[in-house]
Amino acid sequence: MTLLEVRDLRGGYGPVRVLQGLTFTVDDGEIVVLLGANGAGKTTTLRALSGLIGAQGSVRYDGVDLLGRRAEAVARRGIGHVPEGRGTMAELTVEENLRVGAYLRRDRDVASDLERWYTLFPRLKERRDQPAGTLSGGEQQMLAIARALMGRPRLLLLDEPSMGLAPIITQGLFRTLADLNADLGVAMLVVEQNAMLALGIARRAYVLETGRIVTSGPAAELREDERVRKAYLGM
Amino acid sequence: MNVSLFLTQFMNGIGAGVIYASLALALVLIFRTTGLLNFAQGEMALFSTYVTWWLWDGGVPILPAILLSVSLSFVGGAVIERVVIRPVESSSPLIVVIVTLGMFLALNALTQVIFGTDAKQLASVFPQRVFDVGGVRLTAQTIGLVAVLVLECVLLWLIFQRTKAGLALRAVAANPTSSRLVGINVGRMLMLGWALAAALGALAGSLVVPATEALTASSMQAILVFAFAGAALGGFDSPLGAVVGGLVVGVANSLTIEYLEPLRDVELLVPFGIILGVLLVRPAGLFGTQRVERV
Repeated sequence: MTLLEVRDLRGGYGPVRVLQGLTFTVDDGEIVVLLGANGAGKTTTLRALSGLIGAQGSVRYDGVDLLGRRAEAVARRGIGHVPEGRGTMAELTVEENLRVGAYLRRDRDVASDLERWYTLFPRLKERRDQPAGTLSGGEQQMLAIARALMGRPRLLLLDEPSMGLAPIITQGLFRTLADLNADLGVAMLVVEQNAMLALGIARRAYVLETGRIVTSGPAAELREDERVRKAYLGM
Repeated sequence: MNVSLFLTQFMNGIGAGVIYASLALALVLIFRTTGLLNFAQGEMALFSTYVTWWLWDGGVPILPAILLSVSLSFVGGAVIERVVIRPVESSSPLIVVIVTLGMFLALNALTQVIFGTDAKQLASVFPQRVFDVGGVRLTAQTIGLVAVLVLECVLLWLIFQRTKAGLALRAVAANPTSSRLVGINVGRMLMLGWALAAALGALAGSLVVPATEALTASSMQAILVFAFAGAALGGFDSPLGAVVGGLVVGVANSLTIEYLEPLRDVELLVPFGIILGVLLVRPAGLFGTQRVERV
């Protein structure tokens, strides 16, 4: 079933139009990766989806129109966004960062969710009372993901999760994302420079160039695609 | 040196410092949530104090009058954020500063237009008693004000550390974008920050005025300067710093007046000296973090 359906998405910052009409879909429980060079519009796409910037076109999510809604309303619909640069709330402790992630929840399972993500990311548990700004880059990325998961999203938008991380950390991170997808059935739209890793966990992929989708298909096929290999996999 | 005279003056300083600390707390609240210095904080408190006077003058007993004025100011603070600050919030910090300065003038003028320019007398909630503790003169006012400040601190601590709204307020201060992404209505939180600050100012103004000669349109101006000095000393992003800074400024001022004859008539020298000294030696203040970029 289609969870997110984006049609002819256009937008940008002020007079600068970054997105030139994007059309793509994400199915329920599916991992989709958006590839593209710097400046292709990947981050802008995610920001438009979660309501941080205005955009035109049509975005249907779970049967409702998302476009024109404010970011906090989009979050309420069950979309988690792990922003570029991790969005750490540096002065808050690790645990407070996670509790903020559950801001919209009214149920009583917040504590058990907290334990759940502490079990998955033991480093966060060790540092639960430290200011989040003191964490390493990898730990902050885990924190950003765990914070988004605290909101129990159905769709997770991930913006360059590998940015600034050592290769070994990145590999572990992508394995974790694949596991989370399998366990929770949470759909993911991943923007990533490290195309090889991202295609490894994704089912489908889209390639963005200057605000347009130029190629799309099953991830396994794109990994073999000559143009994609040359442009994004460095082969 | 006369120890009991020193201690008496010290306690007088604490009594004044408590008010500076309250207003400094209000400044810090707004700085932490919105990153701007609210130059109109003193005049907001002035207007609220006049509202207290108006209620009391109209027959409401002083304690309910203060509580009512504090509640009205809470709403007023939120309205000011939404109507005056929000439209210019994203412009350059300089413009926002000018807007708060404009509000300073406007509120001061509005106070005089509405309530008149004659001096008002306001009742005190504290009894006019002086205790003699081993030769040290302690007024009921000082003791009461310290108790109020302690109560304020405990309340604010509870709000910020133990409630969801407090956590959201701190989240917004730390990272507005991430806060929106988890569903926090940032605008509403900024309104809450301004509302709390206005309420604190109303309380400080209503409690301090009976101790001074009378309520006039310039009642809060020197107090605001002292509060700024306290906040600068403690660090503009630290509530603890605001309290400590406010108290230090109060005591320093009181001791200067007692012991430094030539400075008696130019008491504002003390806060300005403190502001200058802090900016030169440790711009972030005693308890602040080194990250003060917007003024």
